[in-house]
Amino acid sequence: MELSDEAWTAIWLSMRIASVATLASLPFGIAVALLLARARFPGRTLVDGLVHLPLVMPPVVTGYVLLLLFGRRGPIGSFLEETFGIVLSFRWTGAALAAAVMGFPLMVRAIRLSIEAVDRRLETAAGSLGAGPAAVFFTVTLPLAVPGILTGAVLAFAKALGEFGATITFVSNIPGETRTIAAAIYTLTQTPGGDAEALALAAVATAIALAALVASELLQRRAGRVVAG
Amino acid sequence: MIEVDVSLAQGAFTVEAAFTGGAGITALFGPSGSGKTTLIHLIAGLRRPDRGRVRVDGRDLVDTGAGLFVPPHRRRIGLVFQDAQLFPHLTVRQNLLYGRAFAPRAERRIDLSPVVDALGIGHLLGRRPATLSGGERQRVAFGRALLASPRLLLMDEPLASLDGARKAEVLPLIERLRDGFGIPIVYVSHAVEEVARLAATVVVLREGRVAAAGPPNVVLHGAATGAGGRFEVASVLEGAAGPADEAYLLTPVAHPAGTVWLTGRVGPPGRRLRVVIRGTDVALSRRPPEGLTIRTVLSGTVSSIASGDGPLAIVEVVLAGGDGLAAVVTRKAVDDLGLAPGAGVHALVKTVALDERPLSG
Repeated sequence: MELSDEAWTAIWLSMRIASVATLASLPFGIAVALLLARARFPGRTLVDGLVHLPLVMPPVVTGYVLLLLFGRRGPIGSFLEETFGIVLSFRWTGAALAAAVMGFPLMVRAIRLSIEAVDRRLETAAGSLGAGPAAVFFTVTLPLAVPGILTGAVLAFAKALGEFGATITFVSNIPGETRTIAAAIYTLTQTPGGDAEALALAAVATAIALAALVASELLQRRAGRVVAG
Repeated sequence: MIEVDVSLAQGAFTVEAAFTGGAGITALFGPSGSGKTTLIHLIAGLRRPDRGRVRVDGRDLVDTGAGLFVPPHRRRIGLVFQDAQLFPHLTVRQNLLYGRAFAPRAERRIDLSPVVDALGIGHLLGRRPATLSGGERQRVAFGRALLASPRLLLMDEPLASLDGARKAEVLPLIERLRDGFGIPIVYVSHAVEEVARLAATVVVLREGRVAAAGPPNVVLHGAATGAGGRFEVASVLEGAAGPADEAYLLTPVAHPAGTVWLTGRVGPPGRRLRVVIRGTDVALSRRPPEGLTIRTVLSGTVSSIASGDGPLAIVEVVLAGGDGLAAVVTRKAVDDLGLAPGAGVHALVKTVALDERPLSG
């Protein structure tokens, strides 16, 4: 069947939100993963817990917390609006933030595991060859962690694509702005006669998620070949 | 020139060692757990000493009194480990050139092509480490450390993971590196042949302390009485190579106490050689032996006998010409033969390892 313009809008919006959420959170995900994998500092368990919180809290609660913090009257939201003129609540950028927060634990977990798997003696070898800590990270640790970073990115992207609870609580369900595929399917199921289109959108969502998985599998195989020679 | 004087307590075990090493190879020699690797870590900067200093080339790297600790990546000390630790995501060429990029331009004394030639790894440059054999990997690891133009190379049992044939292949390469690139090397090993063959100075470690230090033929002679393992009594003799016996593929080495036979062609005739003899490869006879397969028979006089309650005794023999030779024999044999200091004996030597280092080096 033909998809309506609204459905196409929702698909492109979802893709954009999930992509932005994944790419923007990736540097933070790598940094936090590195911190948790390598650094020993007081409060490490607390950071670990905070990162994992969105995984175990009801998504609606996460969305509500985001609304309290990043809403126009929230402490961070009002600061962002006054200082940079950035408004997140009820905007697609806010949806990207919600999606990034929800996908963050999965991303950090995958990257952290791959960093922990890097043989530290290789880092020692790099240091003995004159590479400082930053150079060691970018020339040895990061390249060897690429498979885990890809896994983490794909997991976060898939999670962002399907995010519903936190998104709808934080940025509502505004057509063309924050109505993602998930929100659109929900809306269609609440609309008489929307079942067929809901089913079509569900098929599209599944196809995108599958494509992301296949792409990551191919990339990882390539990265694995490079590492294994 | 390297000067080390450090102490570090790790639980009940304390490393407290001081030694200096000059050009060529300084070997740290001792049984497992004697603190060799800890010393290497202290020199490389992977661990901090409780007290002491480390100087390389007149530059202080650690001085606890002055609160000085140069981090590993600023020390310009190359490391070669037991396993090569090549970067798996880089090609051999990229591995080799990795350290060069970090060396200050003015200090890049060593270029790729002489290293590749010396190590015979030209055909491997495009490959990745996972496709290399153990010996090939270790060669690339040597090259990678060299190309960072280090002031000092630390080698921690670099041959330990290789089998006999690969070892025989890689040993001459280490000699070539030592002689060709002029970088002082600190070499950790518990294999007496390696140490005797390579080192200009041997530092014997026992329980974290320096038990002896000096040239190998002095220090290694009867140096080690460690329980079992590869750490054993050995002696080092010097002599001149004769012309090889082409029919039997043997080379005689003339020694005042007798002829030492080496397998294979070892040339050129007249060259002074150093040979290593393990105490367990020596048998003693009161009379000149007859009808034995052993060809190397050296005459001398028993100087001392060390034994305890165990089955074995170490018999020290002064050979004609003055060199010492240690034999590990059973205590029963000592008694049956009536061996005592002053007794004349013939030492039968089963196998001899060759130290190919030029004696002037």
